[in-house]
Amino acid sequence: MTLAVFFGCTFIAFGPALSLFLFTIARDPLRIIILIAGAFFWLVSLLLSSLIWFIAVKASDPRDEALQRGLLIFGVMFSVLLQEAFRFLYYKLLRKAIEGLVALSEDGCSPISIQQMAYVAGVGFGLMSGAFSMINLLADALGPGTVGIHGDSQLYFLTSAFMTMVLIFLHTFWGILFFHGCENQRWWEIAAVVLMHLAVSGSTFWNPLYVGSLVPSYLLMAAAAVWAYLLSGGSAQNLRRFLLCKCLVKGDGDLSGRPWG
Amino acid sequence: MSEESEESVPLLPLQQESMASALFNTDQNDNSERRRHDNSERRRNDNPGSETNGQPQNNIQQVVEDEEEDEELTLKYGAKHVIMLFVPVTLCMVVVVATIKSVSFYTRKDGQLIYTPFTEETETIGQRALNSILNAAIMISVIIVMTILLVVLYKYRCYKVIHGWLIISSLLLLFFFSFIYLGEVFKTYNVAMDYITVALMIWNFGVVGMICIHWKGPLRLQQAYLIMISALMALVFIKYLPEWTAWLILAVISVYDLVAVLCPKGPLRMLVETAQERNETLFPALIYSSTMVWLVNMAEEDPEAQRKASKNSTYDKQANQPQNGDAEPDDGGFSQEWQQQRDNRIGPIESTPESRAAVQALPSNSQTSEDPEERGVKLGLGDFIFYSVLVGKASATASGDWNTTLACFVAILIGLCLTLLLLAIFKKALPALPISITFGLVFYFATDNLVQPFMDQLAFHQFYI
Repeated sequence: MTLAVFFGCTFIAFGPALSLFLFTIARDPLRIIILIAGAFFWLVSLLLSSLIWFIAVKASDPRDEALQRGLLIFGVMFSVLLQEAFRFLYYKLLRKAIEGLVALSEDGCSPISIQQMAYVAGVGFGLMSGAFSMINLLADALGPGTVGIHGDSQLYFLTSAFMTMVLIFLHTFWGILFFHGCENQRWWEIAAVVLMHLAVSGSTFWNPLYVGSLVPSYLLMAAAAVWAYLLSGGSAQNLRRFLLCKCLVKGDGDLSGRPWG
Repeated sequence: MSEESEESVPLLPLQQESMASALFNTDQNDNSERRRHDNSERRRNDNPGSETNGQPQNNIQQVVEDEEEDEELTLKYGAKHVIMLFVPVTLCMVVVVATIKSVSFYTRKDGQLIYTPFTEETETIGQRALNSILNAAIMISVIIVMTILLVVLYKYRCYKVIHGWLIISSLLLLFFFSFIYLGEVFKTYNVAMDYITVALMIWNFGVVGMICIHWKGPLRLQQAYLIMISALMALVFIKYLPEWTAWLILAVISVYDLVAVLCPKGPLRMLVETAQERNETLFPALIYSSTMVWLVNMAEEDPEAQRKASKNSTYDKQANQPQNGDAEPDDGGFSQEWQQQRDNRIGPIESTPESRAAVQALPSNSQTSEDPEERGVKLGLGDFIFYSVLVGKASATASGDWNTTLACFVAILIGLCLTLLLLAIFKKALPALPISITFGLVFYFATDNLVQPFMDQLAFHQFYI
């Protein structure tokens, strides 16, 4: 494989996330900390789920292919549930942190809102999830080899990159939806996030039939994007104003249709 | 290259980083009240001359101390200071990991240090475990003995000896180790190079480094040099410590750090307290400092004036430095650097003749820079070194490769964040190693043994979680 594959897949997978990071998170130290803590929570959830899978595998017959595949599927589902559980734990932690920040502040309001935290936490989860899925692949892409020489799909790297990108976006939107559901006691939003995650992970069981995994994931991502945008205060009007570069009342020439403001 | 020169890494750099690893920063309550009063006035003022990372975070409320109540929960360090440490720690780790991944010299086994005489190439696992325990014990005893020696030297005011010791060790790092590093990089990339050019490069690099670290220089350059020497030292450890020994040493040194800094009779605590009693700075070239405090506007309040420390920035102070080094044997050239360390412990509070002289020479209506946000944060170089050793070893020897490296990296950053939080709450000197190294070790072994097989299988089937 070549440098072109390496850079191409890196930018496909991490380009959007990196720009999100650079433009919205990198300037605020508090957001960077929340991002890294989110990555840490995802990591811990992965650790626990791999522990369970590892124990199950060690307790079973390693030569039974179907059983191993079944155990892997069980591992994936369990990992998804554990990730969402840790997202909930992180929400609890951030709630407490907001109370602390309010107590320490001069004017009684926190420097960051729970919605912003939701977004950053989602990006944190997504970045770590994407990194763990993709980095070893990228390192291998730099070395010599031919993709799919034994009859597997030749699009392995490319589809992995696209899948990683969609997962990063999905985690971001799920973060927003999940926290919004927790804040406003709307349990069906939380259930929807969990089900979406299970659906996306489940769709990857169709791989290498990529139509079965990438297409549903992108559709779900579009749906989650719209939903998260609406929940964050966006509307069709905002979007139109943003796209037509119209300013708001205090307009000083900048694009002020963004939800965060 | 002779075996001897490779194996006999001198004691000096070891001592350097064992000293530096335990110290951290804090703030004493008695001085914080007076500073709080000034902070509240100065908080509103913008300081154009500060050397912080330039972010207008004046509304980071965590750092601002309440002016009315003394007992209010106040955090001395906020998010900004955490990031001020994240960046250099990340840079150091990136340098180490990049070198490990590209230059094979640092992963090749070329013998062991004299401090770890027992080999790990044994027949049985039990023998290997025993050997590594013995190696770790020897290394830790060496470090303890050196630390106690340093404390004794400091207590009996043998400043020249200490100063000379530190200069020799920085000379070694800046010239010899960087020469070897440069040579290996050239070998890796097959770059043809002549001795004259190399001599010029190393000479310039080393001399500028000595000046920046031990005297004065641009802040960013000094920080860059400190990061580079930490990375070089970490690379030496990664190369010469066998596997099990390295992990054991990391574990034991975090326990030692905890004990040495927190116990009343711990050597590092005694060192810090002695230095505090004498109103002196600690050793140069052992502490990474994230900002300089400009010695501006102390003349309004006399106690305030006495408490402002100047780091390597103001010219007045630096001009006084050489004379004071000779005139006052007590300071012995340490006063400037000690204040850096003092800034950590009790904030930029220092009372030295030269600072007062400098202050009185300044106009009295300039703004002070003693903003909470402008106050710097410090981390010992030993912490940098051991964090990088952990991440470097993870990238060198893990089967999970990049996943393990990334996991250790995140774990160390979170540990650092937690340590800073504890520091901000408890306001006393804290060891920076234990929490981060514990997290790092746990995540290294867990990721390497548990997560890696799982991710491998997932990647094989192209499942995504």
